[in-house]
Amino acid sequence: MTKFMRRAQETGKELAYEAARMAVDSCGLRIEDIESVTMGSAPDAFDGVHMKGEYLIDGAGAWRKPYMRNYVGGGTGVFAPIHGWQHVASGLFDTCLVVCEEKMSSCRPHPQAAFLTIFDNFTERPLGPNLLWIFALEMHRYMHVHKIPKEKIAAVSVKNKKNALDHPCAQLAQKITVEDVLNSEVLVWPVQRLDISPTSDGAAAVVLASEDVAKKITDSPVWIDGVGWNLDTAYWTNRDLYYPQYVENAAKMAYQMAGIKNPRQEIDFAEPYDPFDYKELHHMEGLMLCKKGEAPDLAWEGLTQRDGKLPVCPSGGLLGVGNPIAAAGLMKICELFWQLRREAGKRQIPGDPKTAVAQAWGDLMQVGTVVVMRA
Amino acid sequence: MARRAAVIGVGMTQLRSIAPDLSYKEMMFEAAVKAYNDAGVDPRRDVQSFICSSEDFWEGTSIFDEYVPDQIGASLKPVCTISGDGLYSLVTAYMQISTGLIDVAAVEAHSKSSEIVSIRNIMSLALDPVYVRPLGADPYFVAGLEMMRYLHESGNTREQCAKVVEKNRRNALRNPYAAYASETTAQDALASEAVCRPLGRMDIAEPADGAAVVVLASEEKAKDFCDDPVWILGLGWCSDTPCLEAREWGQAAYAKVAADKTFKMAKDVRPKDVDLLEIDDSFSYKELQHLETIGFCKEGEAGILTEKGVTAPDGEIPVNVSGGSLGMGYTFEMAGLQRLCETVLQLRNRAGEHQVKNARTGFVQCWRGIPTASGAAMILASEGS
Repeated sequence: MTKFMRRAQETGKELAYEAARMAVDSCGLRIEDIESVTMGSAPDAFDGVHMKGEYLIDGAGAWRKPYMRNYVGGGTGVFAPIHGWQHVASGLFDTCLVVCEEKMSSCRPHPQAAFLTIFDNFTERPLGPNLLWIFALEMHRYMHVHKIPKEKIAAVSVKNKKNALDHPCAQLAQKITVEDVLNSEVLVWPVQRLDISPTSDGAAAVVLASEDVAKKITDSPVWIDGVGWNLDTAYWTNRDLYYPQYVENAAKMAYQMAGIKNPRQEIDFAEPYDPFDYKELHHMEGLMLCKKGEAPDLAWEGLTQRDGKLPVCPSGGLLGVGNPIAAAGLMKICELFWQLRREAGKRQIPGDPKTAVAQAWGDLMQVGTVVVMRA
Repeated sequence: MARRAAVIGVGMTQLRSIAPDLSYKEMMFEAAVKAYNDAGVDPRRDVQSFICSSEDFWEGTSIFDEYVPDQIGASLKPVCTISGDGLYSLVTAYMQISTGLIDVAAVEAHSKSSEIVSIRNIMSLALDPVYVRPLGADPYFVAGLEMMRYLHESGNTREQCAKVVEKNRRNALRNPYAAYASETTAQDALASEAVCRPLGRMDIAEPADGAAVVVLASEEKAKDFCDDPVWILGLGWCSDTPCLEAREWGQAAYAKVAADKTFKMAKDVRPKDVDLLEIDDSFSYKELQHLETIGFCKEGEAGILTEKGVTAPDGEIPVNVSGGSLGMGYTFEMAGLQRLCETVLQLRNRAGEHQVKNARTGFVQCWRGIPTASGAAMILASEGS
């Protein structure tokens, strides 16, 4: 993966190239060995490039190869490897290169403006909404239903920004305190500046291979054992936002495939999607890693620290590493890979992690994508 | 060996130049209901995965994936979007079924192009933002240059391209789904004003509104639901470089690689076994270029075959009997799925007035339009073949 940053000098194509090249080199393959390529990237509105997937083809190493772009909004980064898995597990290909790229900084003055165009053009867009509004609604509802004090949520931001200090690609690694989060500028109550991940430019890539081919390439492949994805209704105003049912559905699909009956016991660590600090908690509950309303206590008590009982976002997550949307999701898959191979360096979680889950979320608080990986 | 998969139901709305009374959601609903009824499936109970096709800028909505589930019965189910032609989505459905994870999948694509204020302006945004867009050229220059180069290399003529327009517009007269059926002659096409020489206005397929849904099932399930499944025997897709500067303009390399992969997968099928083709004709010359590239005739022969009527509905190699994009209307990301629906109707002997006799095996192909060099192909066959 490339470094995540606010304004990369590289074009999106160059970012995709850098990540694709690193991934292919990392397993000693050549681009000729790659049989298919799938691309993940979020709205074209950031770059202002129509059919962005087509534009990125050569950067992603897909010249004259079977190439497709998959797209489930913010969930794309974890759906892309699911789509790649489908390429290989279908038997059509032995190898698939999965590339996720995002260049948000082309959208000026701030990429937030592009999000106006994700809303319903009749009922919502005339109100001029932005993402912070609707996430504030969701956060508020979550806090209200479970009577969660803001401190417990802020602990997530503190943890992830600290974890990111050990990530060489991180954009917003910082040593901060719960106080800092609570004293930061209020954007839309209860969302404050330090509750949020930054907008970023960046790219990440992974190489998937079939069982036989993988064993020839490496002695320590990491297996994709479960995949799940799920989309809720577009009418988000008609749902109770306190719980992400779609994440639970996606997780159940992935756990069933991976033969996981009790996720709390069988998952060693997790990389849930954390564009906001409350989302990490929300998603831990959706992933059934704890009971509904219990996640804030786990975070507060330190159980989700890297050396805790259930390490969550040991990478530093989106809050710390950065949030180039699709690339941020795939960054979580990269983290699972490095942790399960015990190659995470200073970020390595103690013990002998064998099973892990990564998840992303997106659209109008609507889609869950889940991957279970095993060493 | 991958699990086989078959098309068990198709649904398509009537294509129209403009559908002011219907939203894309209503069109998707209509196509979905038709397809589910055709397949005999209940989307809430039987369909395990839904795959939609869209590009944000055509829709005027970012992350269009948000707005697909409700009208096709897919909310709280596995749903994803492929930013590409519906044929790519169908490929994804095929892969999902082949993994064994999914038994029944639905694929959707649509076009509400009448709501796009300026198709050309949107198309321009697909040009490389650093090298090409600043030139400020009308994006149809890409097709004009390509047509020029292709005619030069192949020896085909503008008159032969005009023949394609005549054939497809007239074929559409017998297709109730078509939006642009007319008694057009090659002379009319030749006389239409130049857009970017040698490309004339009538060489370009006119945009249309519509929606299509296709239901796909694994071998075991297909037989439960359906008496006349249409099997997918081969498929392929490929992208050449997006760099206009680096492309071989006369050759549709993407179509060749995709077709080669498709025939390789459908081991026993040779071009001579194919009873009809529904291939990209979003520009008149593209039908000739694709016909040659995918191996149904030699380079430079497609024009002559068209003049001789070999590609006519009663000819030896019927091409775009439906009317193609020139006759039915160009539906953007739905274009490939539209051709697939037409082919399935033919292979099930349900095409009505434009039915090709004894059609058993069909070849479908799509191209993603200006300025891309990407496309997919598929070979399908009915049970008896």
